[in-house]
Amino acid sequence: MYYDPFVLPFTLGMSALLIYLAVTYIRWIRSFPPRDRRTIRKNILSRKTLKAGKEIFMECLVHHKIFRTHPFLGYMHMCFGLGWFLLIVIGKIESVTYHPSWTNPPYYAIFFRFFHPAGADFPGSRVFAFLMDLVLLTILSGLLLAWLKRLYSRLLGMRRTTNHRPFDRLILTTLWLIFPLRFLAESFTAALRGGGGFLTQSAGELLSRFLPVDQLFYPAWWAYSSTLGLFFVLLPFSRYMHIPTEMVYILLKNWGIRQGDTFNAFSRFQLYACSRCGICLDRCQLGSVLNIRDTQPVYFLRKIRHGQDHSTADNNCLLCGRCEEACPVDLRLNALRLTQRPDRSHITKETYAYIPTPVPSLSRTRVAYFAGCMGQLTPGVTRSMCALFDKAGIDYTFIDEQGGICCGRPMLLSGNRGTASVLMAKNKAAIQASGAELLVTSCPICYKTFKENYGLDIPVLHHSEYISRLIEARLLQPRRSDLKTVFHSPCELGRGSGVYAAPKAVLHAVSHLQDTALDDHRSLCCGGSLANTVITPEQRTALAKNTLDTYLAYRPDLLVTACPLCKKTFGKNDTPVPVKDLAEIVAENC
Amino acid sequence: MNNIWGFSISGARVIDYDRNDHRPAEGLSAEVPSSRLCIGCGGCTATCTAGAMTDFNIRKLQMLVKRGENKEAREQLHRCMLCGKCLLVCPRGVDTRRMILALYRLTAQPSL
Repeated sequence: MYYDPFVLPFTLGMSALLIYLAVTYIRWIRSFPPRDRRTIRKNILSRKTLKAGKEIFMECLVHHKIFRTHPFLGYMHMCFGLGWFLLIVIGKIESVTYHPSWTNPPYYAIFFRFFHPAGADFPGSRVFAFLMDLVLLTILSGLLLAWLKRLYSRLLGMRRTTNHRPFDRLILTTLWLIFPLRFLAESFTAALRGGGGFLTQSAGELLSRFLPVDQLFYPAWWAYSSTLGLFFVLLPFSRYMHIPTEMVYILLKNWGIRQGDTFNAFSRFQLYACSRCGICLDRCQLGSVLNIRDTQPVYFLRKIRHGQDHSTADNNCLLCGRCEEACPVDLRLNALRLTQRPDRSHITKETYAYIPTPVPSLSRTRVAYFAGCMGQLTPGVTRSMCALFDKAGIDYTFIDEQGGICCGRPMLLSGNRGTASVLMAKNKAAIQASGAELLVTSCPICYKTFKENYGLDIPVLHHSEYISRLIEARLLQPRRSDLKTVFHSPCELGRGSGVYAAPKAVLHAVSHLQDTALDDHRSLCCGGSLANTVITPEQRTALAKNTLDTYLAYRPDLLVTACPLCKKTFGKNDTPVPVKDLAEIVAENC
Repeated sequence: MNNIWGFSISGARVIDYDRNDHRPAEGLSAEVPSSRLCIGCGGCTATCTAGAMTDFNIRKLQMLVKRGENKEAREQLHRCMLCGKCLLVCPRGVDTRRMILALYRLTAQPSL
C-alpha cells in the first residue's frame, strides 16, 4: 500500500467534489418533467450516447469549436482540456504498468513520481517518462498563452475578455498554480532520485544547483496536492463547474432533451455549463457598436446563476443569434433569454374579436402568398413577388393583400406566449382557409414561426427559396445583370432558420455576388430586431449605420437583403447605393 | 331651474386631471422618454395592423394615458399585436413597442 499524508488534501477534495456533483445532478435530473425522463430512459442505451461521447471528446477535451474563433485560443483551451486528460490517462496506464493492479487508489497515479522507487525500471518506463513530460510541457505552453491572454488578448483573437468576479479570479489562480507546482515537485524528485523525462530531469538538475532540492521536494508535493484539493473544493461554486456540467449537458442534449419555453432543470444545466470564456462578447453588436457591456450571454447567465438583477438584460438582446452561433458549449442562448421574458398580456375573448373569421376559399389554388406586416410596409417587395408569380404562371392567392394579421412571433419574442398563441390560431385558420398546397412568405420572421410554431400541414417556403426553385425549374429565366451585389443574410432566415444557400444561388443567377467576411452565419444584425425592447430608436439607427458601413466597405453596386424589416431599417439611413430585396432584383431582371 | 328655453346645455364631460391617477403617465414618461416626442401625426395609426380592423389607435392611447384615463387605455392596449410597423414609420423616433410593453405593466394595477 502506497500512502503518505500529503495525498489527503487531494483525496478529500476530490471525494467532496464527486459527492457534491452526484447529489446535484441527480437532484436536477429528478426534477425533469416525466416526458423528458422517458426520453432519457429511451435513449440512454442507444447510439446517441456514443455520439455524445464523441462530442464530449471533441468539445470538452479538444475544444475544436474554439479553433474557429482563433487557432491560438483553441490551442490554449486544448492544452488544459486534452492535456490534463492525457496526464491522467497516461499516468494511470504508467502506474498500472508498473504495479499491475487496477485497484490502486486514484492518488497513486497522480503522485506516481513520488511513490515510484528510485531507479526502478519497468517496461516502457522511459517512454512513459517522456510522454508525461511532453504532455506537461504542452500544458505549460497553454498556461503561457493564458497569461499572455490576460496581458494582450488580441493575440488570441479576442478584443474583449470576461470581467470575472473576484472569486473566479481566485480559483483561476489556483488552476494556474496546479501545473507549475506539479512541474516543480516532479523536477525536485527527479533531481534527487532520477527517473524523470527530458523536461523534469533536466529542470531538476538545473534547479538543484542553486536550490536546496532535498528540503523543497516534500513541501512541493504537499503544495501540489493542496492546490488540487482546493481547486476541487472551490470548483462547484465557480465558473469551473462547467467542466463536469458540460459533459452532462452534451449527454442530455444528444438524448433529445430540448430547451422549452420555461426555465427548468435543463436550463440550469446550461447555466452551469457556461464556461464564461467570453467568446460571445466580441460577437455582440450591442457591445461593439453601442458599448452596452452587461447584457452579453456570459454576464446574463452569470446574473441568473448568482441571483443578481437581470431584468434589463432579459430584454436587452437582439436575439440575432450571433453569440449562439459562436458559443463553444452550444448553449441555447436565445431560448434561455426567452425563458426570462414573462407573459404580461391580459387578453379575453373580446380582445381579438375584431379579427375577422376567414371564409374558406372555394377555388383551390396551388400557392398562398403571405407578405406579412413588414411585407405590407415594403410595397416594392410585394409588387415584385406578384410580378414573379405572374411571370412564372403560378396559380396563387395573396392571402393578406387587403391586410392580414401579425404572425404572432413579435408577441412571442416579447414573452407574451398566451396572446401569441391566439394570434397564431387565427392566422393558421386564414392560411388553411386559402386551401393552398404551399405557403410562400416574404418575411423571415413569419417564416420562422410558420415553420416552428404553426404545425401547418403544407410546406412553407421563404420567397428566396421559392424563387430559387422557380429558377431551377426554368419557370423564371432572369438575365444576369452586371451589378456587383453583396448579400445581407437576415438573422431570422440565416442563423434562425438555416436558409443560406437559396438566396445566394438566386443572387448568383441575377448578379455578380461578392463574397464577404460576413457571409452566412457570420452576418450582422441590421438593428431592426423586434426582440429587443430596451434600445432606443437612435441606437437602432446607429446599429444599422454600422452594419451598412461594414457591408458597403466591399463597394457593391447594390446591397441585397431578403427581409422587409432589414430593408426598411437600412432605408432609414442615407446610403450611397440602393438597398433592395432579393425579389426586387429578380423581378427587374426578368 | 326651470328650463324655459326648451333646450339645455348637455351634461358636463369633465376630465378631472386632479382626480385622475397620473402614475402610469409619469411612469411612461420616465421609462420611455421618447414617448414625449410624439407630435400626434398619426403615422402609427395609419400603418397599424390592428388599426386596419378595429378602432385601436395608438395616438389616442397616448392621449388617454396622458389624461389619466387609464381604464380605457387598458381596455385598448391589448388589441395591439406588437408587430412593430409603427416603430418603423414614426418620424419622431418614438419607441412605440416599448411604450405598449411598459403600459402592460403600468396599467396592470387593479386600483387604476
